[in-house]
Amino acid sequence: MNKASLECRHISLAYGATPVLRDVNLKIEPGEFFALLGPSGSGKSTLLRLIAGFNRHQSGELLVDGQDISTVPPHLRNVGMVFQNYALWPHMTVWDNVAFGLVERRESRDAIRRKVGAALELVGLAQYAERRPAQLSGGQQQRVALARTIVIEPKLLLLDEPLSNLDKQLRVQMREELKNLQRKLGLTTVFVTHDQEEAMTTADRMAVLDKGVLQQVGSAAGLYDYPENRFVAGFVGTANLLEGEVTALSGETLTFHAQGLGPLTLPRPSEPPAVGKAALAFRPHQVSICVRDEQGDASRVWIDGQVESAEFLGEFSRYRVRVGEVALVTDQPHYAGLGLFPPGAQVRLGIEPTQLRFLDR
Amino acid sequence: MQATALRPGNAGPGPWIAFGLILAFLLVFLIVPVGTVIYTAFVNETGALTTGHFANFFSQGVFRESFFNSLTVSLASVFFASVIAVPLAYLTVRFEFRGALLIQTLGVLPLIMPPFVGAVALQLIFGRSGSVNLLLDDAFGFTIPIMDGLVGVTFVESIHYFPFILLNLVAAMRNIDGAMEESALNLGARGWRLFRRVIFPLAMPGYLAGAALVFVKVFDDLGTPLVMGVTNMLAPQAYLRITSVGIDDPLGYVVSVIMIGFSILALWLAARVMKGKDYATMQKGGNSLQKRRLSAWESVLAYGWIGFVLLVTLAPHLGILLMSFSKVWSFSVLPDAYTLEHYATIVHDAGGMVGNTLLYCLLSAGLDVVIGTAIAYLILRTRLPARQWLDYLASTALAIPGLVLAIGYLRLFKGVQLPFTETPLVATWVLIMLAYAVRRLPYALRSCMAALQQVHVSLEEAAQSLGASRLSTIRRVMVPLMAGGILAGFVTSFITAAVELSATLLLASTESQAPMSYGIYLYMQSISGRGPGAALGVLAVVVVGLGTYFSHRFVERSRTTLKESA
Repeated sequence: MNKASLECRHISLAYGATPVLRDVNLKIEPGEFFALLGPSGSGKSTLLRLIAGFNRHQSGELLVDGQDISTVPPHLRNVGMVFQNYALWPHMTVWDNVAFGLVERRESRDAIRRKVGAALELVGLAQYAERRPAQLSGGQQQRVALARTIVIEPKLLLLDEPLSNLDKQLRVQMREELKNLQRKLGLTTVFVTHDQEEAMTTADRMAVLDKGVLQQVGSAAGLYDYPENRFVAGFVGTANLLEGEVTALSGETLTFHAQGLGPLTLPRPSEPPAVGKAALAFRPHQVSICVRDEQGDASRVWIDGQVESAEFLGEFSRYRVRVGEVALVTDQPHYAGLGLFPPGAQVRLGIEPTQLRFLDR
Repeated sequence: MQATALRPGNAGPGPWIAFGLILAFLLVFLIVPVGTVIYTAFVNETGALTTGHFANFFSQGVFRESFFNSLTVSLASVFFASVIAVPLAYLTVRFEFRGALLIQTLGVLPLIMPPFVGAVALQLIFGRSGSVNLLLDDAFGFTIPIMDGLVGVTFVESIHYFPFILLNLVAAMRNIDGAMEESALNLGARGWRLFRRVIFPLAMPGYLAGAALVFVKVFDDLGTPLVMGVTNMLAPQAYLRITSVGIDDPLGYVVSVIMIGFSILALWLAARVMKGKDYATMQKGGNSLQKRRLSAWESVLAYGWIGFVLLVTLAPHLGILLMSFSKVWSFSVLPDAYTLEHYATIVHDAGGMVGNTLLYCLLSAGLDVVIGTAIAYLILRTRLPARQWLDYLASTALAIPGLVLAIGYLRLFKGVQLPFTETPLVATWVLIMLAYAVRRLPYALRSCMAALQQVHVSLEEAAQSLGASRLSTIRRVMVPLMAGGILAGFVTSFITAAVELSATLLLASTESQAPMSYGIYLYMQSISGRGPGAALGVLAVVVVGLGTYFSHRFVERSRTTLKESA
């Protein structure tokens, strides 16, 4: 099986005066399952289409196995792409759809029969070969599109929002299937999604994009635990963000002036931030909540506040708590019999200091 | 199907009355006349069923020849119209270049001129002693006999009807999702193979719809072969039999049945091939086919082809214009002397004809949109049983040549008198107007259906919940919202009726009843009448052109306001 590496070097692209990708640098290892994650308009689909050859970057290099393919037209790239809406041709049967690329490659009739059969077998659609795409369900169409792409043994497999057209249950199932298939084939795979859960559960590594700029690359846990900037902290998972300024660093502590909240004295982390403007980020589930007069764990940083709203979500309850002029969100695991704090309740929030992240970008 | 599930048929007698009236109209003015024609072709003098007339027909050489000529000319016209239209459609959809507007213009130009008028004009440009051949003969010593006989008919019909293929094909190609093409590129196809394996098959339904229409139109056309002096085709034979031998001659009816049969066959074949192939592949948020710029020599080819087609397409317009201003024009490249007197003649003589055209066409187009709106309402907004049949019945008019309908009217209404008068019905213009209305009803109906489909049923429900009755809901909410589509239907009816000839030729019983199309035909019969005929032709083209332009503008505008308010 092909296992190609992919590298983007200083890739920039603009539509007229509007920049869509700005100096993107990215290296994807052979056999990796890689996600491009970002909100709509972040440039992730543009980057994927650029790899397939449907968009041309104005500067930079696009390397597959170390060779620049920037000038190779799409039909010669041998980079397989599965489209968001599958783009199955309605005038051909499932079999003809899958055979299309092999026919274009002038493969022998025997080879085509063997490969198409194997590809349909692989996606579990061997008995649907004579059907038309319109006679298949969404999940089956998705599989045909996959079979059609992998049958040409591409160097790379590109998936454009592969699960967005499926309903929720099917999405989880297809996610598993995609992962298994990718493991089995070992194809270097790049997929685009705006759904962080999808990216986190499927990909080995992912890149977060915003406004055409690559924000951070890493594993799911890496991005979640150590976001490098405000955007990543907010986009990968939910985060409380306190804007402010680091004013003083001493041996054991540092002082952070949070806007609308006042000075907080926090334990000094092993890699302390520089003095100056920064944001303090922490996850809602890392904040504990208790009634005002209860004596909390002394290792935590405690702040007094008032419950603004409470949402019951099953596995946990989510509170918005007003603290000074800002609102913090906290998630509390739920057990049967555990009551909710009503809105208006006077409470204390305890933040776990080891989980605090200082973001200066 | 929420929309149709609402308001069951128990909402009063109104819909039933409308249903009954429309059904009666269609039966009396479409089904029974056509049925009479078919019946007459199959009975002998004693009233017994027979296929003898058909045997008689095929035993005569002239009829066999006419039959094969009509078939050949129709198929050849479809072929040449495709040769012109397919590259133009592909250029429009595929490439970013300034010619797109030119091509759109090309798509309408031929349609606004009646084909038989075009035939006369083309005779002057491409005929044996027309401008082009005179120039060729001068320069190279040879001529191209492209306007002679069947070749000439094919030439004129291809030029006139290629827009049907162009417009349908462009619409179909615009609907192809760009991802369809990209995925083919991604799998290694490009260029000609990409077109042949993916793009053209996906646009096939549009192509077939256009091609079937061209076939039917050419097969049924009477004016063009008559004007060009070609009588060994089916439509002229039927016309000549009925007008020279008489209304009781069975062979005219045999020809009519064959014409209906082939029209139905062509439309049925197209529908059958397209069945289950509704490739409206564009999805929400999808992009259309990617456009790219033409390379230098591709541009030369593209503009060359467009220029050539434009020149040929404009030739009839140019020819008719020159002829209308020319004092003498024969055996010369351009007219020898110019004059305005032809226009003076038609202002003096032909005012009545213009008035007649306006009267008949306004009435028939009005009738069409009223019936069209009513049928659309019954089908989309009520649950009357068998309401779909109104659509089917009205649509059969597509397959009925004007000539055949006219023969049916003459036969069926022979001896019927206008109520309260002594005037026979066949001697009045009422039948002309009704023939126009029935033949254009399918187009008007499609417009009205499309317009009503775009009006969300909740808008009408809102009116009803605020206390509006069914009728005032229709009047105050539904019809105003459909206005754009209704107008489009009205104008299509109007302009195609304004240039129709085949039914008119048979049904106009006196010259005072003649509309413009008939007038042009009459003028064109004599050499001295060609000038005024051309002037009248120019007038018709201008009227039709303006009508098309303004209705287009209006429809576009009402479409954007609907979008904005939605």
